[in-house]
Amino acid sequence: MVELTTTDLMIAAMLVVVLALLSMRLRSNISQQLIIAALRTAVQLTLIGLVLKVLFENATLGWVSLMALFMLLVAGREVMMRQERRFRGWWGYAAGTFSMFLSSFAICIFALIVILGNDPWYAPQYAIPLLGMLLGNTMNGIAISMDRLTHAAWEQRHIIEARLMLGESSDEAISEYRHQAIRSGMIPIINAMAAAGIVSLPGMMTGQILAGALPVDAVKYQILIMFLISAGTGLGTLAAVNIGARRLFDERQRLCLDRLREP
Amino acid sequence: MSKAPPLLQINRLRRLMIGPVSLVVDEGDCLCISGDSGAGKSLLLRAIADLDAHEGQMFLQGKPSDAIEPASWRRRIGLLPPESNWWLPLVKDHFTDSSALPLEQLDLSDDILQQAVAQLSSGERQRLALLRLLANKPQVLLLDEPTANLDPENTQRVEAVVTGYRRAHGAAVIWVSHDAAQVARIANRHYAVKQGDLQAQAIEGRQWLS
Repeated sequence: MVELTTTDLMIAAMLVVVLALLSMRLRSNISQQLIIAALRTAVQLTLIGLVLKVLFENATLGWVSLMALFMLLVAGREVMMRQERRFRGWWGYAAGTFSMFLSSFAICIFALIVILGNDPWYAPQYAIPLLGMLLGNTMNGIAISMDRLTHAAWEQRHIIEARLMLGESSDEAISEYRHQAIRSGMIPIINAMAAAGIVSLPGMMTGQILAGALPVDAVKYQILIMFLISAGTGLGTLAAVNIGARRLFDERQRLCLDRLREP
Repeated sequence: MSKAPPLLQINRLRRLMIGPVSLVVDEGDCLCISGDSGAGKSLLLRAIADLDAHEGQMFLQGKPSDAIEPASWRRRIGLLPPESNWWLPLVKDHFTDSSALPLEQLDLSDDILQQAVAQLSSGERQRLALLRLLANKPQVLLLDEPTANLDPENTQRVEAVVTGYRRAHGAAVIWVSHDAAQVARIANRHYAVKQGDLQAQAIEGRQWLS
C-alpha cells in the first residue's frame, strides 16, 4: 500500500482550491460553500481518525457502545434536519432516531455475531465501520421516506380527508402515500445494488483494494455490506414510515397536520 | 314505554370560535344552517363528522361517539364538503357498486361512470360526489353548500334526491345554505350561526316554526 503523506493531500487540496477560484471567476457563489465543506472533511475525518485510534487501543464494550450511541444521535439529528415538514416536538427527532436504532443496530449486531464472529464480537475495527456504513445509508432512506410521507400528507390533505369522510380508516386513507414513501426510501439502495460493479465501483471495495486487499476478498465484503445495507434501509424505512403514518392521525383517526412544523 | 333516543344528539360541542352548540336531530329532520362566510359553518360540520378535535359529546341513537369506530361514525354521518375530491383516474373507481346509482335523477348519463374524473365539469363532480356519499347509506347527511355551483335545474334535482333519500331511509339532513328560497323549499328547521352560536330562525314564506 502506498503511504500517503501530508504533501500528497495538499496537492489534492490544490485541485479543490483551483475549482473554487474558477467558480469565483464565473461569478458562481458556490466557492465559499465548497471551501467550507472541504475544510470540514479534512477536520472531521482527522478527528475521527484520532478517535478511532484511541478506541482501537481501548477496545472495551463500554467505549464502543458510547461511540455507537454518539454516531446514532448525530445521524438522528441529520435525519430530522433533512425533513421539510417534520413532526413538532421530540417526535421529530425520536421517530427517525428510533427507526435507525432499530434497523442499524439490530443488523449490525446480527452481522457482527452471526456472520463475522470475531472475538470479542464488538471488536471496534469491525463494529464501528460497519455501523457507520449502515447508519449512513439507513439515514438516507429514512430521511427521504419520512420527508416524502409528511410532504404527501400535507399536499394531499384534502384527498386524505375526503377518504376519511367516506368512511375509510386512517390506514386506508394514507396507504398509497405510505407505499410511495417506502418506495422512495428504498430506491437508492436498490439502484446502487443494481449498478454495483457495472456503473460504479463501490467506495468500500475500492478502499480495500487501494489498501492492498485482494479484489475477490474486497468483493465479498462489498456484497455483504450491500445486503446488510439493503436490509437495514428496508427495516428502518418501514419502521419510520409506519411510526410517521400513525403519528399523522390521532386516536379518533383525524388527520393532525398541526403535528407537523411549517417548512 | 321509554322514548327512543334521538337520531343525533349534540351536547355542548366546541371547536375554535364555534360553540358551545347543543342540538337534537331526529329522523326525517332537515336543518338548514346559514350565516356569514367565516362564521364557522364548515367547522361545525367537520366537528360533527369528527374530523377535527372538539369538546363536548355526541350521541348517535343514544350511543356516544367514542364508543363507535371513527370510520363507522363517518360512514353513518356523511359529510359532503364544498369541493369534491377524487383520487383515482376514472369515476367508477370511486364506487364499490355503481350498478344502482340514480344517475338520471341528477341528469347524469350512464356512461359518465366510464369517464376520467379530469374531464368532468365542477357541477358534474359535485353531483357525483353526492351519489358517492349516498352510496354509503349515511343516517345523517352533512351537506356543505352542495348546490353552490349548480344551475337552478340541477339545484332542484339535488334537493329532490336528498329529500327522497331522507324519506326513504329515515335519515336526517343538516344543510348549509345561503339561499332563503332554498331554505323555504327544503327545511323544517332553520338556524343561523352568529358569534359561534346556533340561533333558531323563522323560515321565510312560512307562518310556522316547526
